[in-house]
Amino acid sequence: MPAPEQRRIIFQHIDEPGYTNDIDCYLRNGGYEVLKKAVGRKPEELIDEVKKSGLRGRGGAGFPCGVKWGLVDRKSGKPIYLIVNADESEPGTFKDRYIMHQDPHQLIEGTIISCFANNVKQAYIYIRGEMPEGARILEKAIAEARAKNFVGPNILGTGYSCEIYVHRGAGAYICGEETGLIESLEGKRANPRIKPPYFPAVLGLYQCPTIVNNVETLCHVKYIAEHGGEAYAKIGTPNNTGTRIFCVSGHVQRPGYYEFPAGTITMGQLLNDVCGGPLPGRTFKAVIPGGSSAKILRFGERFKGKRKVGTEMVDYDWGVEDVPMDFDSLGMIGTMGGSGGVIVMDDTVNMVEALANINAFYSHESCGQCTPCREGSLWMKKISSRMVHGDARPQDGALLKSVADQIPGRTICAFGEACSWPTQSFIAKFTDEFNNYHEAKKQPKPAAANVLV
Amino acid sequence: MNLKPETYQRIDEVITHYPVKRSATLPLLHLIQEDVGHISEEAITWIAQKLELQPINVLEVVTFYPMFRRAPIGRRHIKVCRTLSCALSGGYKTCDTFEKEFCTHRGEISPDGEVTVEFVECLASCGTAPVVMIDEILHEKVDVTKAKQLSAQIKAEAAARK
Repeated sequence: MPAPEQRRIIFQHIDEPGYTNDIDCYLRNGGYEVLKKAVGRKPEELIDEVKKSGLRGRGGAGFPCGVKWGLVDRKSGKPIYLIVNADESEPGTFKDRYIMHQDPHQLIEGTIISCFANNVKQAYIYIRGEMPEGARILEKAIAEARAKNFVGPNILGTGYSCEIYVHRGAGAYICGEETGLIESLEGKRANPRIKPPYFPAVLGLYQCPTIVNNVETLCHVKYIAEHGGEAYAKIGTPNNTGTRIFCVSGHVQRPGYYEFPAGTITMGQLLNDVCGGPLPGRTFKAVIPGGSSAKILRFGERFKGKRKVGTEMVDYDWGVEDVPMDFDSLGMIGTMGGSGGVIVMDDTVNMVEALANINAFYSHESCGQCTPCREGSLWMKKISSRMVHGDARPQDGALLKSVADQIPGRTICAFGEACSWPTQSFIAKFTDEFNNYHEAKKQPKPAAANVLV
Repeated sequence: MNLKPETYQRIDEVITHYPVKRSATLPLLHLIQEDVGHISEEAITWIAQKLELQPINVLEVVTFYPMFRRAPIGRRHIKVCRTLSCALSGGYKTCDTFEKEFCTHRGEISPDGEVTVEFVECLASCGTAPVVMIDEILHEKVDVTKAKQLSAQIKAEAAARK
């Protein structure tokens, strides 16, 4: 079956010739019309629309946005904050970059609508330190929006005021974790907080109720405010509504970003039809479907079980190519849709070396607060790096696994899971490659192979 | 602190963005590093005073975040992405090329003082791998040929300055 057509609702104007990131261009394309209508409605109505839409957060966890908003403590009398999580840093993910660089006003409009719906008077955009240009573009866009009275005091004469400031990170991956991000915004080390009691919806920024939403999620909110929750829920599949942006990188002919109704495209269609298949003369070996912490899939493996279609339970028997790219299907086969970052590896890649690369990343990025994560990620890096650069032993795979198995569930935040899943899944699916690496590394490498660590 | 007048202005402005002064720690560190090039002992004490904190509160932030540096670097900062998607597309070769072009090693200032070449973790542009950031500009699909071109450009700009 050929791949379905892309449906670009968030990336509608990305890479469109002549489309610029200034407010005049945005206004020419109907910009801020949704905000004008939204501020005439009751905030509760807007929250209801988001609940009806079934929108799931696009940052990685896929948590329903309406539920997140519903958890906010509105009775405390404290101000409510909204933070835009623009700390896109899960390796393999690069969608928010394009929204911020090319269509910043879409994000600002979605942010102000979300702020209005939740009675937020102050929002911060926490953007990665590595995107200085993005930060400047957003600051300019906010200033333009303020000049037109879409941001700031008494927005469009409604009496409602809301300010947005841009806050730059400084190169720490853990700031993408929402409580780590809040600590960082408070001017501290980004050590994630213990939940409970520090659920941001109740005790967030400055101990006030706080909403943290991903960049793309807020753009979806704008679309929902425009078209209604029910119309939005008709895009995609039940429980996986709206569109999904896939960021494809690694060994395919046409890497890049592609937006499809959620659940309508399979891995095989995405990689073969949309991305042009493997590079000439190569074959696909493995794919990480949702950012580098998602568990890896091996081409050739089969997934069997029962799943719900409508009200019935039906059997499924999928190869990697057959898996629908939605949160639930990917969850069912033991991995995750995460942030939509699809990393493809072909037959030139040695899996021990690829894992050593990933382990170096997580070891570098552990905040160091919890011993299992700090020490575990470090030792996984040391062992896998020693396998590549020093002596490899047949029992190293088992050793790595024993370290990885002791991390998840024993840390304050989900980084413990994120750093152990790659090791656990690589070793489970490529056991032989790990056991035989000491022999394989004596053989000449394929000519096209790249150094990975 | 000996900062440019506009840096002082921006510092005072940015502090007003937050109900709690301490939140301005990262913005101040960025502004001072952009102005001076690195974060000195003096800067840490100065920021602490400005934000009514203890110097340790600022120091612990400086040592946590990879982008803040305690010592000067070369005139230009070449940051090559090391993470998986870039490595799969030849990021290590790209980094080697810059090191060779400037006769330097990762993390060191080149002998002519012109560049510091470094590996960094994911720059979030995996679809155009391998990517390199030179100062604040992102360069995409930087293979060996393009790395050589960028190096030649930096060398030409350095020669023009002399």
